[in-house]
Amino acid sequence: MSAPLAAPAAGPAAGKPLRDGLCTVGLLLAGSFLLRWASGSLNGYQIQLLNLIAINAILALSLNFIYGFSGMFSLGHAGFMAVGAYVSALCILTPAQKATIWFLEPIVAPLATLQTSFFASVMLGGLVAALFSLLIAAPVLRLGGDYLGIATLGFAEIIRVLLTNLVPVTNGAIGLRGIPSHANLFWNYAWLVITLYVILSILKSNFGNVLKSIRDDDIAAKTMGINTTSYRTMAFCVGGFFAGVGGALMGSLITTIEPKMFNFQLTFNILLIVVAGGLGSVTGSVVGSAVITLLLEGLRIVEYPFNIDLDLGLFRVGPVHVPGVPGMRMVIFALVLMFIIIFRRQGLIGTRELSWRALFALPSKIRGLVGRKDPGAGAGG
Amino acid sequence: MSFELFVQNVFNSMTVGSLYALIAIGYTMVYGILRFINFAHGDVFMVGAYLIFFAEMLVPWPVAALIAIAGASLLGILVDQTAYRPLREAPRISALISAIGVSFLLENLAVVVFTGLPRPAVQPAWMVRPIAVGGLRVLPLTFLVPLVTAALVMGLLYVVYRTRPGLAMRAISRDIETTRMMGVSINRIIALTFGLGSALAAAAGIMWAMRYPQIHPYMGVFPGFKAFIAAVVGGIGSIRGAVLGGLLLGTVEVMAIAFNPTLSGYRDAFAFVLLIVILIFMPTGLLGEKNKDKI
Repeated sequence: MSAPLAAPAAGPAAGKPLRDGLCTVGLLLAGSFLLRWASGSLNGYQIQLLNLIAINAILALSLNFIYGFSGMFSLGHAGFMAVGAYVSALCILTPAQKATIWFLEPIVAPLATLQTSFFASVMLGGLVAALFSLLIAAPVLRLGGDYLGIATLGFAEIIRVLLTNLVPVTNGAIGLRGIPSHANLFWNYAWLVITLYVILSILKSNFGNVLKSIRDDDIAAKTMGINTTSYRTMAFCVGGFFAGVGGALMGSLITTIEPKMFNFQLTFNILLIVVAGGLGSVTGSVVGSAVITLLLEGLRIVEYPFNIDLDLGLFRVGPVHVPGVPGMRMVIFALVLMFIIIFRRQGLIGTRELSWRALFALPSKIRGLVGRKDPGAGAGG
Repeated sequence: MSFELFVQNVFNSMTVGSLYALIAIGYTMVYGILRFINFAHGDVFMVGAYLIFFAEMLVPWPVAALIAIAGASLLGILVDQTAYRPLREAPRISALISAIGVSFLLENLAVVVFTGLPRPAVQPAWMVRPIAVGGLRVLPLTFLVPLVTAALVMGLLYVVYRTRPGLAMRAISRDIETTRMMGVSINRIIALTFGLGSALAAAAGIMWAMRYPQIHPYMGVFPGFKAFIAAVVGGIGSIRGAVLGGLLLGTVEVMAIAFNPTLSGYRDAFAFVLLIVILIFMPTGLLGEKNKDKI
């Protein structure tokens, strides 16, 4: 099977542990103050965007972990998200709400009275999604490359069909409305930090090295005595868990979920973030999430009518009325994805990572560049 | 189930199955040569259905059908040259991602250009006027689809197995480098492959639209997925396998619901379940070549 990346990931991240640890704590503190400020002074739309960035980053990290770091081309992300979102929603909807939502067929007994805290519901969503990953891992992970992609895509479609038909559990095509919106800035960014921590720890550990070795050459890994199937299954479940978490947060953020929402388009958006940011780069997924989420929102203007009226002194542009074109946003998006894959396959960041060590080495690097008057090579992580 | 109803369902299976088969051939030919899933194939099918819709406003129906098929063929070639050709040397997954991009591009362009509203499909009156056969009332369309499919498949098999470009095509699917050294213009043969595959997809699109008399920008998504599954079930890379897989999938879908109507809500899941079962027990499909990974 073909490895998606040729370049090896970042080298040993040792450096100075105390300095790096302090810096991380400092960054987390600064980040939490920033979030406190943001939730107080930004408007609802801006906060919504910040929330979406965090959730998309979680989803992109989980897909990148499965595909970019473990080399399994999965197109089933929407399925895992759906599982997470539905499980979590079933846990946080109040019994009174449930009684009114399931009006076609009554909800099955144990679920009618089930209610947990938000954190527990997200955990459960992730765990059930991980369980689903485990179930499908056995048959599909034996497949390589694009066969795996189409099988996982099939899995996601099966989930969608089940969600539409299992009315006593999922309320069918109508979906669930009025999900309590617990997913605020605090929870979303807390989960983003948890995701980053878990994935970075795995990547730094021996498990991470094994995964990368399987990605780069699974036959060589097998000859080294590595049980590739069990490692890939574990990686798939970790990815599935965080996809479920992302789905759970997404459901609580937008408060309405229905089977139609979890279609291939959703997986495509996450894949776009991962590819745009850089396959096999944690930094890339976070940066990609911010860039793509903002771009997706920013491009909404092309779907609404607007007027161009520019007075440039010498000549005047407009006034021209530009009618909004529904669907144009996704046309531009598809073009962006193709442009990236054809002309800049490594994405925005490539496989590089941002680390404290690289950051502290930056001044001396720049000094060196200025000293030698060498305008070449930009600074990277 | 009464005998008449059963016969009716057999005809339905054949009709749906032939349509899957026609689309599946395009997937299997591209996969055989370039080893990636041409995700945009289902959308070429959709474009074919739209092209006849607009062409039919200007010219008589048979001419419109030819225009639609030719247009879709050109589109297939254009997609290959712009989106896949730059990635020939790249990892296969890159081409796959590019194909997903093309698929979304075509769907959303269709939304932009044709609007997302479904439109009624072109149906020549004689095709949908029921005729009585025995105790049955069948649409001529139901017979016509398998017959047209059979003729098209015969034509394709002739091209692939009896002509020089067909020989080149088969050679490329075996070993692209050696074929290049033999002086075959690889790029032209790949273009021909895309052209033929897309033409068949357009033919399927035209007939699909007549059968489910409606066209919309996303009409190619599910038939596309299912036809790809049919190609895998039959054995990817094999044209006969694609036909067999398509007919099998059509039969499973129609008959499962005919015998057990409560399953109708699960219709779209059958294909994917079939896919996973086949991949587990017969990873190379029914007629696929059994080849082991080389170390």
